[in-house]
Amino acid sequence: MHMHLRAILTIALFTLREAIQNRLISLVLAALISLFGLAEFIGEVAITESAETKVSILSSALRFFAVLLISLFVTMSMLREQHEKSLDLVLSLPISRASYFFGRLLGFSGAAIVVAALIGLCLLLYSPAQRVGPWVLSLACELFIVASVSIVCLFTFRQATLALSSVFGFYVLARTIGSIQLIGHGPLADPSAPSQRFISGVIDILAFLLPDLDRYTSSQWLIYGAADGRDLVAIIGQTMIYLVLLIGAGLFDLYRKNF
Amino acid sequence: MPVILSLCCSLTLQILWQTEQPPSQAIARALPPPPRIDVLEVASLGEQEALGRVLMLWLQAFDNQPGISIPFRDLNYGHAIGWLDAILTLAPRSQYPLLAASRLYAEVPAPVKQRQMLEFVYQRFLDDPNRRWQWLAHAAVLAKHRLADLPLALRYAQAIASHATGKDVPHWAKQMHIFVLEDMGEIETAKVLLGALLDSGTVTDPDEIEFLTSRLNQLQSPRRVSPPRNK
Repeated sequence: MHMHLRAILTIALFTLREAIQNRLISLVLAALISLFGLAEFIGEVAITESAETKVSILSSALRFFAVLLISLFVTMSMLREQHEKSLDLVLSLPISRASYFFGRLLGFSGAAIVVAALIGLCLLLYSPAQRVGPWVLSLACELFIVASVSIVCLFTFRQATLALSSVFGFYVLARTIGSIQLIGHGPLADPSAPSQRFISGVIDILAFLLPDLDRYTSSQWLIYGAADGRDLVAIIGQTMIYLVLLIGAGLFDLYRKNF
Repeated sequence: MPVILSLCCSLTLQILWQTEQPPSQAIARALPPPPRIDVLEVASLGEQEALGRVLMLWLQAFDNQPGISIPFRDLNYGHAIGWLDAILTLAPRSQYPLLAASRLYAEVPAPVKQRQMLEFVYQRFLDDPNRRWQWLAHAAVLAKHRLADLPLALRYAQAIASHATGKDVPHWAKQMHIFVLEDMGEIETAKVLLGALLDSGTVTDPDEIEFLTSRLNQLQSPRRVSPPRNK
């Protein structure tokens, strides 16, 4: 048990070191400076609610940037490992596949926490800490899910294009499935048409399978006040359930592969 | 050497190509109708507030298209109201759309369009009166002074008095309808309302009580001349 833990921590540490070597932090800082400038420009254009407009647009842009960054980093890092055969090398050592998987996941989660914290520090310029705190926590949860989905997609497809397309498809669907469901069951939909019933059924099944990311990391929290405790508990609960599901899927795929 | 030569040639070709292109012409685009609200909600990827604010800035800047400036009065107000309505649905706690409606779009020298915009402010005031009363109060002022339509001003002022009952709504806003009635020559009604207001005990500020009492005394004075304006 102790050896497994040491292996997990070593792999996680190497993953974090890789993030630093890939200039992940420099990239986050560059994006923060650029988007901060953009937000200030937008604030000058607004004739009222300038601060609210700035924080709303800046936080949304930073959220998408963080998701893009983490998914790219995870996918490219795992892909490089496959190409350089370092995964084969690691698995030839007395390290279980599960330890390798958890080590990588822990490392990527650490990188996600660093990215979320840096973004949170920038947002403190516009919003008080009691509003930024829950927002950062929720962003970290969102990034954990994105990192796990990226790992699973790369294990499944073993190609950057397919894996990244799947991750972005998953993310967009998870963010919009609630609204799509409302359209599907709205007054404009004809419930008697078989095609409509089929599409609505597919949408409902997808909604059961996807995490409701549209409840995560809302810019409204930074403007009008933080999410209440129940919202945060729901977000943490959903993240834990979905992480267990993704870890299960990832381990299943990793154990059935021949290296 | 051939690589450098081809680079120089292609750069020269690119510059020549650009100099031969016709200059861009400023063409005014009409304001398009807004998409359905559920389409906007999907497009926002769950960030309705941010999309609402981006759309508001886009709408506000629509009069300044590249190389051309379009007066607000030339905009299609049906579409502008549609956009403001959509933005308010996406970001219901933002005051920006109603500020733009009452202070930008309703100030154009086109009475029909002004009335359209004021009606929009009135309709959306009813959704959240205690937070949106100031835009309807401005609409009442515009109706009275710009449109010279006292019945319309009275309708808006009465709506504030009956719907905006929160403790943060100032008394002057709640009392607007009394003074509009006075302007309309409805002295008896104004007297009754003013007396009832003073008797109700809702006004506690001594200066305000003094002001309202002097106003009531003025109304009750037999020498008062109150010509009805724009009745």
